[in-house]
Amino acid sequence: MNKQSNTYTVIYIILLVAVVGTAMALTALALKPQQKANADADKMKQILASIKITQDKADILNAFDQYITDQYIVDSKGQKVENDIKAFDVNVAEESKKEAADRLLPVYESTVDGAKKFIIPVYGAGLWGPIWGYVAFNDDLNTVYGAYFSHQGETPGLGAEIAKPEFGAKFIGKQIFKDGEFKSIAVVKAGNKPLDDEDYIDGVSGGTITSKGVDSMLRNCLSAYQEFFKSKQ
Amino acid sequence: MAEKITNKSVLFNPFSRNNPVVVQILGICSVLAVTAKLEPALVMGISVIAVLAFSNVVISLLRNTIPTNIRIIVQLVVVAGLVVIVDQLLKAFAYEVSLQLSVFIGLIITNCILMGRLEAFAMANKPWPSFLDGVGNGAGYAIILIIVGFFRELLGSGTLLGYQVIPQWCYDHGYVNNGLMILPPMALITVACIIWVHRSINKDLQED
Repeated sequence: MNKQSNTYTVIYIILLVAVVGTAMALTALALKPQQKANADADKMKQILASIKITQDKADILNAFDQYITDQYIVDSKGQKVENDIKAFDVNVAEESKKEAADRLLPVYESTVDGAKKFIIPVYGAGLWGPIWGYVAFNDDLNTVYGAYFSHQGETPGLGAEIAKPEFGAKFIGKQIFKDGEFKSIAVVKAGNKPLDDEDYIDGVSGGTITSKGVDSMLRNCLSAYQEFFKSKQ
Repeated sequence: MAEKITNKSVLFNPFSRNNPVVVQILGICSVLAVTAKLEPALVMGISVIAVLAFSNVVISLLRNTIPTNIRIIVQLVVVAGLVVIVDQLLKAFAYEVSLQLSVFIGLIITNCILMGRLEAFAMANKPWPSFLDGVGNGAGYAIILIIVGFFRELLGSGTLLGYQVIPQWCYDHGYVNNGLMILPPMALITVACIIWVHRSINKDLQED
């Protein structure tokens, strides 16, 4: 058979692509449930990390049920949304891109040492890709109890530092309301102060764009909850 | 180099005398990207060894059937397929590692070492030597990644694999982490230093 003929080449490449394509599709299909379970477990781990609970992967399901006492969805007016979607299954990435009034806003409630905590998911853009996190508030819905951030592909050593517990810990005790007005928490260059007198933390040096991303992520996502926050205060 | 090509030399030559990074100067791009910390450098090294070894074997098995005018495309399809499958497997069975690697695993497709080895070795050799060649070159690449990652993390962040190794009293006495080390230019300079040392030891590699 002439291996240099056009027919051979065309048939060869069609067969090759079909075989490789099938192999990839089969792998993806076969592994999907396992991957979904992993992703869910990872999300639970992140939510628990915001209330400073670190848990082994093996017990994560039990721990999540134990600590997260309630989860529900609210709208931008602070009213509970009644539908079949679980708060856990809301795609925060898509919701955060909508107008604030149209968003489904998931809230997780937890009880730590007898006190109620509210956990709010946040989602935004860093330098190279998405960044996200979970911010836990005390029952005054103003003071941060804990925060956890993560990212997809920020620069290691620079922007990626936001995923370190030390970075999340800087938010503890900061307040998002000043005199009853929503202000968010600013992330500024070390030594600088925010313009609007809100509470602030120092950003990551060398990770300016990621730090700004965290700043606008908090502003964008938390502001949608302000009516909910006010209704509970 | 007119040495006899044995399986042993195929496996071990790329470690030093024919190292893909410092001698062939391939794969520099990913050396920049993944070496700011030691851990991603390590995992990237392992992934490249795996993908390179298996794509070498696949291409070596197919070598007599591949039409020469589309051989690069065939190589790319095989590599891309393997990388996607490795990525899927990692997501299912080693989720934490797959998060660590995220975009880097996709970058393996564009790693020039892969194309270089497939084209230069697997197309002309049997599967077993090709496998050894893949492991050898992957490991040669991984060694450089680890050396560069080691120095960049140690000097840039004062940590190794995330653990603090430079003690606090050094900082108290005025020691400062070198921020330049975690920026991309220092990866090139570190690689250049490795090449310098390597060529001073292996004088026959020096060019006029």
